[in-house]
Amino acid sequence: MTATTRRAGPQALPERSPGPARPRRTGRIRRIGLPYLLLLPALLLELLVHLVPMVIGIAMSFKELTQFSIRDWGSAPWSGTDNYRLSVDFHGAVGEALLHSFLVTVVFTVLSVGLCWLIGTSAALYMQDTFRGRGLLRAVFLVPYALPVYAAVITWAFMFQHDNGLVNHVLHDQLHLTGKPSFWLIGDNSFYALLTVSVWKGWPFAFLVVVAGLQNIPTELYEAAALDGAGRWQQIRRITLPSLRPVNQVLVLVLFLWTFNDFNTPYVLFGKSAPEAADLISLHIYQSSFVTWNFGTGSAMSVLLLLFLLVVTGCYLLLTSRGRRTTDV
Amino acid sequence: MRKIRTAAMGAATLSLALAATACGGGSATGGGSNDSPRTLTYWASNQGASISVDQKVLKPELDKFEQRTGIKVKLEVVPWSDLLNRILTATTSGQGPDVLNIGNTWSASLQATGALLPWDAANFAKIGGKERFVDSALGSTGAQGKDPAAVPLYSMSYALYYNKQLFAEAGMAKPPVTWDELVADGKKIEAKGKNGLGAEGANLSNNIHQVFVLAQQHGADFFTPDGRPDFTSDGVVAAVKQYVDLMAKDKVVGQSNAEYAQNQSLSDFAKGKTAMVLWQTASATFKSLGMKDSEWGVAPAPVQSGTPGAGAQVNSMVAGINMAVFKNTHNLDGAAGFVKFMTSDEEQKILNTAYGSIPSVKAAQADPAFNSPGTAVLRQTLATSARALPQVPDESQFETAVGTAVKELFADAAAGRAVTTESVKARLRKAEQQMPAA
Repeated sequence: MTATTRRAGPQALPERSPGPARPRRTGRIRRIGLPYLLLLPALLLELLVHLVPMVIGIAMSFKELTQFSIRDWGSAPWSGTDNYRLSVDFHGAVGEALLHSFLVTVVFTVLSVGLCWLIGTSAALYMQDTFRGRGLLRAVFLVPYALPVYAAVITWAFMFQHDNGLVNHVLHDQLHLTGKPSFWLIGDNSFYALLTVSVWKGWPFAFLVVVAGLQNIPTELYEAAALDGAGRWQQIRRITLPSLRPVNQVLVLVLFLWTFNDFNTPYVLFGKSAPEAADLISLHIYQSSFVTWNFGTGSAMSVLLLLFLLVVTGCYLLLTSRGRRTTDV
Repeated sequence: MRKIRTAAMGAATLSLALAATACGGGSATGGGSNDSPRTLTYWASNQGASISVDQKVLKPELDKFEQRTGIKVKLEVVPWSDLLNRILTATTSGQGPDVLNIGNTWSASLQATGALLPWDAANFAKIGGKERFVDSALGSTGAQGKDPAAVPLYSMSYALYYNKQLFAEAGMAKPPVTWDELVADGKKIEAKGKNGLGAEGANLSNNIHQVFVLAQQHGADFFTPDGRPDFTSDGVVAAVKQYVDLMAKDKVVGQSNAEYAQNQSLSDFAKGKTAMVLWQTASATFKSLGMKDSEWGVAPAPVQSGTPGAGAQVNSMVAGINMAVFKNTHNLDGAAGFVKFMTSDEEQKILNTAYGSIPSVKAAQADPAFNSPGTAVLRQTLATSARALPQVPDESQFETAVGTAVKELFADAAAGRAVTTESVKARLRKAEQQMPAA
């Protein structure tokens, strides 16, 4: 767009030359300025919705923001890097708990993203061939993704109850897999409960994206491979997966960011204080802000989380795009 | 051309408007005023069995207030899970209600924010004077030596509720008086295939209320006299262990209670699955759960030995709701008038009857309505053997930290792991380290 206006400008101007110089210049300013003026509301909204809160959050992380200063948080005393030092002092109680929560979140995210991808991709591959009821099945698969988080997770919370929950009823009463009913919402099992809900909620998205990606693979490739005697598994390995590479690259990144940051699922499942085994970092930061009412420390932890995610995302994009460039060449 | 100009004008106006609103939020300065004398916003806490019950109870009273004063009260009943967060948000933004209910244990914490109007002698004079209120209730309105941050509205205390039929079936004529008797009775009930005592193991506040009382009985406090956390003293450890041992060692609390946080123990009790619960003013809840008044009995909560009283004979916290005025109110006089109305003898009788709680003003408390078997025990407990939770700024943090520690210990007990003095102490030490440095 800029190229066309620039080209049109010098050509158009000399032709209707006889006007005085002044209005011409304002005319040009007006023409150049208009797009920016029209962009301004969007820019301001972007500032207001995204950047201002982020900057305030970062500023808060350098303050000592407690119940004594929260009412007029602008004048809360600056505390330098105290909040950060407290958060990364892994010998202290606060830092140790943060590290534990971080490690739990890493393991949880790796498992959840891996399972979401595996289930989503497998389902998409099976749905590739046309058969009766495919449309219906596809719609059913997307239900967990379409449901409001709260409604879905609170239902899981009921199902995971010790006494009256569906999960124990099936596992213990009907299948007799466990010696006695298990606790899912407290104690060590809570990790698996959380993982189950997270995968249940996340895989339809992987499914949706992979289905879309599969549409772009030319059927000729499969036909040619079939002629050459490639079996189903070889086709998947040699054609489908390499073709899906760019799709998977984005999919895994998005799933990673969503899962690592997930607050709603553990909050609805466990309430304000999650069991140690399922202490995801978002909820942990929320809880530590409110345990100590020290919102400065909470902000510092959030900034650390932001930095970590930025670094991971940056490295991931660098590695994957470099890899692709070499294969392209 | 004109179209472009209109668009440009629109964009410029929108940008200006956005810039203006961006600057508008966040300033929380200045005291109250009387700018809008005809309206009040009131955040009520959830006292009834549900939010709609509260609306039904409060609506006619607010109408009455409007008739008398011409002030319209905009009511919002805020669930307990949200109330503290909402108050904190209002404190930060300066955009809050005019009048609000707070859990009385939060008084000192919220007092420290400076967001609530202090009730000095002049303000108390507007609502009829400090002497009208019951002393025990006034003890939970803020840090000692400071003007109260709120005035007591509803008072409550813990008591032991028991299922008469289950007690009769197990051959027991009267409720237990001491913890040893409670455990012995609980075991007899367990032998009949029912649960002895109900507990809300994952409810942080309830955990705090129970272990606070037990710590008193062990002669210990969670805070030193100068307000520093002290969670690992022998008395506190013994108290927490005694509470969790009801499930871990004595086995009179069912293991599933470890994950209860939504009053499931009360519905178990109402269904006759559990024989006893330690609860505050549960009568209205039992009724809403379909249990007849004649089916349950109420007795003072247990002590270690002897009878309830002061000191180590304490058997309840001073539970209750306080009413506070937000300092930024735009209707200072109206807010004071509304507090006066809600704490008047007449309204105290109506509201506390509806909620099954005890009035916090002396004159209303003397009313025979609060001398029924159900409420007499609560009134007696409040008067003689209840103690306020620590009135320190860190109280809210203490509830979360220690409440979580007890929740984790219950989870250990439910998983069949041993609960020892060392494991209790370790959890409490962790909770103590999470508290803000003094």
